[in-house]
Amino acid sequence: MAAPQAVEEMRGRVVLGEFGVRNVHTTDFPGNYSGYDDAWDQDRFEKNFRVDVVHLDENSLEFDMVGIDAAIANAFRRILLAEVPTMAVEKVLVYNNTSIVQDEILAHRLGLIPIHADPRLFEYRNQGDEEGTEIDTLQFRLQVRCTRNPHAAKDSSDPNELYVNHKVYTRHMTWVPLGNQADLFPEGTIRPVHDDILIAQLRPGQEIDLLMHCVKGIGKDHAKFSPVATASYRLLPDITLLEPVEGEAAEELRRCFSPGVIEVHEVHGKKVARVANPRLDTFSREVFRNEKLKKIVRLARVRDHYIWK
Amino acid sequence: MEDDQELARKVSGLKTSMAEGERKTALEMVQAAGTGRHCVARVLHKENQTLGNSLHYMIMKNLEVEFCGYTTTHPSESKIYLRIQTRGALPAVEPFQRGLNELMNVCQHVLDKFEASIKEYKDQKACRNESTF
Repeated sequence: MAAPQAVEEMRGRVVLGEFGVRNVHTTDFPGNYSGYDDAWDQDRFEKNFRVDVVHLDENSLEFDMVGIDAAIANAFRRILLAEVPTMAVEKVLVYNNTSIVQDEILAHRLGLIPIHADPRLFEYRNQGDEEGTEIDTLQFRLQVRCTRNPHAAKDSSDPNELYVNHKVYTRHMTWVPLGNQADLFPEGTIRPVHDDILIAQLRPGQEIDLLMHCVKGIGKDHAKFSPVATASYRLLPDITLLEPVEGEAAEELRRCFSPGVIEVHEVHGKKVARVANPRLDTFSREVFRNEKLKKIVRLARVRDHYIWK
Repeated sequence: MEDDQELARKVSGLKTSMAEGERKTALEMVQAAGTGRHCVARVLHKENQTLGNSLHYMIMKNLEVEFCGYTTTHPSESKIYLRIQTRGALPAVEPFQRGLNELMNVCQHVLDKFEASIKEYKDQKACRNESTF
């Protein structure tokens, strides 16, 4: 049974050895293995492929994709980071900026603020178009002036008490609808995603008065257009114990892996180790530092099971 | 997922530009010397590893293809150089088109499965929230 098992291992698993990783590349192309039909078959792909969502909320998503190859999964990851469009501030028209923060620094910070607007409803701005029309531009106004608080205590030194409007947050940004945008987007839907991002700090007498134009763009152009904080995947870990592990060795084995991966059960009075949940493991390879145990454990990853975060 | 649509859009954009012969903007064909129609090299402009590697995988899965490789000529220029060689006398354009088609089908299927799965998760969550009350 050794040969078919070895072939299965080569095709289906990426093995983590003590000093290196084996079987990294995809080899299941037609003609490489005799007895396997590897030519592309859409039906077979559709039968094997599945997506399971593990966790979904407003800010994060974790799901599993099974049955796809690294080339395509990587293409998705690259596209997520660089080529999915979003709206972000591109042009800033400064009418008055007497704050400490320089104009260009302020403009850079404003560009990085995430805007809550669906980019599919907008078009890309044409090259060389300076003004911008209602289908490709969103306008925001930021107008903040800092003054001294007349009701503050005489000898207080807390800036929150002494000054009014001394911190400029994204909630001070107001949307200025262009053309028929007021009809298309109900009040409150076009705004920065978070309204507690600090943009600048002011002192009495300083003022910021500017107009921002948001356009649609992709991450390849400038990282501010990237819609995700990060998008990454890892392969599902697969831990096999080549021999049964008992007694003290079982406890040692449990300590070598992340908590929850190996469970120790009492069977006939002896402690026996069992692989409980390999998905939790982060593969620190601690087991290879233990002379006895490293021969008993095989660390591998399932080649076509991707855990996305 | 939006990026599935992006990939599908890019692939279909490439196909239409091939069909309409807009060779200057999207891709160019460079004939390898003295080997006839079954071996062809193409330059695809404004593409990078994203399309290159996935297209290479789909083309390699084709039984008729003897050799398929891609490379980025220089990292500062965004273009890839893709070469396909088929066994026998099959013209090399055919696996290229088939690879693009199959890639589009894969992306479409992934998108459908993903959307179904998200909907299922949301339904399950809604059921679970209801049952706690």
